[in-house]
Amino acid sequence: MAFEYEKYLRMDKIPHLWCPGCGIGVVLKAMLRSVENVGWEKNDIAFVSGIGCTSRAPGYIDCNTLHTTHGRALSFATGIKLAQPAKHVVIFSGDGDATAIGGNHFIHACRRNIDMTLVVVNNNTYGMTGGQHSPTTPIGYKASTTVYGNIDPTFDICLLAKAAGASYVARATVNKGKMLEKYITKGFEHKGFSVIVATANCHTQFGRKNKMSDPISVRKWIESREIPIEKARTMKAAELNDKIITGEFITHEEETTWWENYNHPIHEYTEAYQTIRDKAQERK
Amino acid sequence: MKKSVRFYSGAELVAKAAIDAGCRFFGGYPITPSSEIAEYMSVHMPRVGGTYIQMEDEIGAMGSIIGASLTGVKSLTATSGPGFSLKQENIGYAYMAEVPCVVCNVMRGGPSTGLPTALAQADIMQAKWGTHGDHPVIALTPAYLEEIYELTIKAFNFAETYRMPIMLLLDEVIAHLSAAIELPDKELLVIKNRRRPTVPPEKYFPYDTAYGDVPPMANFFEGYRYHVTGLSHDKTGFPTTDPDLVQADQERHLRKVKAHINEIIDYEYYMMKDAEIIIFAYGSTARAARVAVDNARKLGIRVGMMRFRVIWPLPEAEILKLCSKAKAIIVPEMNMGQLSDVIERYAADRTKIMRINHVGGVPIHPTDVLNVIKEAL
Repeated sequence: MAFEYEKYLRMDKIPHLWCPGCGIGVVLKAMLRSVENVGWEKNDIAFVSGIGCTSRAPGYIDCNTLHTTHGRALSFATGIKLAQPAKHVVIFSGDGDATAIGGNHFIHACRRNIDMTLVVVNNNTYGMTGGQHSPTTPIGYKASTTVYGNIDPTFDICLLAKAAGASYVARATVNKGKMLEKYITKGFEHKGFSVIVATANCHTQFGRKNKMSDPISVRKWIESREIPIEKARTMKAAELNDKIITGEFITHEEETTWWENYNHPIHEYTEAYQTIRDKAQERK
Repeated sequence: MKKSVRFYSGAELVAKAAIDAGCRFFGGYPITPSSEIAEYMSVHMPRVGGTYIQMEDEIGAMGSIIGASLTGVKSLTATSGPGFSLKQENIGYAYMAEVPCVVCNVMRGGPSTGLPTALAQADIMQAKWGTHGDHPVIALTPAYLEEIYELTIKAFNFAETYRMPIMLLLDEVIAHLSAAIELPDKELLVIKNRRRPTVPPEKYFPYDTAYGDVPPMANFFEGYRYHVTGLSHDKTGFPTTDPDLVQADQERHLRKVKAHINEIIDYEYYMMKDAEIIIFAYGSTARAARVAVDNARKLGIRVGMMRFRVIWPLPEAEILKLCSKAKAIIVPEMNMGQLSDVIERYAADRTKIMRINHVGGVPIHPTDVLNVIKEAL
């Protein structure tokens, strides 16, 4: 039976504002399927976002939705989750929103390991403002602000999240919607801060400036660069330049060596805060 | 009845009053001279089942209190000048999305890092115009410890009544001042809470003006499933660029305060009955001015003071009336004339205005004010 997306969408807000063929649609679908997979009630979910193309997604979802300021979604979300720890908080962010202007909130949400799920749609550019270069625009590629080729090194958002303390981190591309759905579902189920990076196509801004002006060209470009994490583990660092490593970076399902996860989270934040309340009330 | 007299600092009273007003979320970031408020909250919030969090920065602290308030939890943040600057974008968000919350700013010298440990009243205008765009503003300026308690509760009541962020402006002197004071009986406090929707979710609009200029507010997770954005929006909460709707909405925002100005303005007259010379003052500066008035009266000078407990909005009609009859107006403040500039518009050709502007970080002394009173004769 076909999945009923309508059940989770505000159909009166459709058509959406994204360009035809935009990768964000695949991520939104994977997200809604994941909500169904874990069986959350719509009333119990808050979808929070910042500013940018990706950040418009919550507006289309029939839940409690909050479209905040640029880069700050995680701070609003932290307030929501701490005030209502039993509810589900999911954050949508783009690469610029999450790792440039929102970089500080990003690393600290990871560090706290607060039980929320962040989905970062990485399309390598600032789409909404006209295709300026972002912290994930590859070196040598063009943007409206790097017409001579980008020289800014890129962030690997998954490695950043892992190092900062996020306890579930995975990446999939929009070419593989099922894989994306699986990881987002696991992120929802995981107790702690989950980061799922969805590598997506922005053919309108990023693609057009780099001789890939249609969705298929950018998606083929993504496909050509994808390396599953199992394979990447056997490769040399130099061979992984410009590659998109997909798979689960940290799951906490099995024992790991200190090097694989030296930043092992000790506790989930809202649970830890409850122990503070208990202590404070004992001493009262 | 057992009187509750205890030694309190100004910072402690902000925190205590907030908790007594029902605040159960504090998001902060350390900054001198407001950190004591956060410290007190970190001890007492968990005791009352609330939440204290030290966020990664001032911007995040402001975001966190907006998020918490959207779920129905009254929220506070506390900061000082530079932190207040950093919070401004999200303060604008709270105005735009109409999310009740209280921002306490223990003012210090500026601009920039300025004088972190010295007193100033440097953010009177930042409280009014700190964020971009037009919006209503309510800012309170307590001058006494008892008043910090009273006005902090009032700030929460304003936030809930008008669905907006409220600015609570302390200066370093009263935040760090300690004294034994008696707090009012908690049972007798008037605590206001946001108006809740009376319609079922399918008939609810978060910015429905059918219920007046302050629409009822549903909390997240209660079944209303609405959308909140900082973009200009229509009554459904979704973005709009319709010029008429945007214009009407901005006018409604301003009306929330303008139409209720008589319930919001708050001032005190001191020795005003026969006063020819009038001092306009607020915060700790008003305490020095009060002593100056007493000393001038001993010399037979007919001087009085109007002290603002709420600095924004100003009681315009009253100020205009006083400017029309006063021989001279004196405005002492710990900045380069942020209120004086405004008062001057009322004074215009009606009377002369004399300023006392100290920004060196030391208090304005009663003698400084008395000397100007004598000059005014």
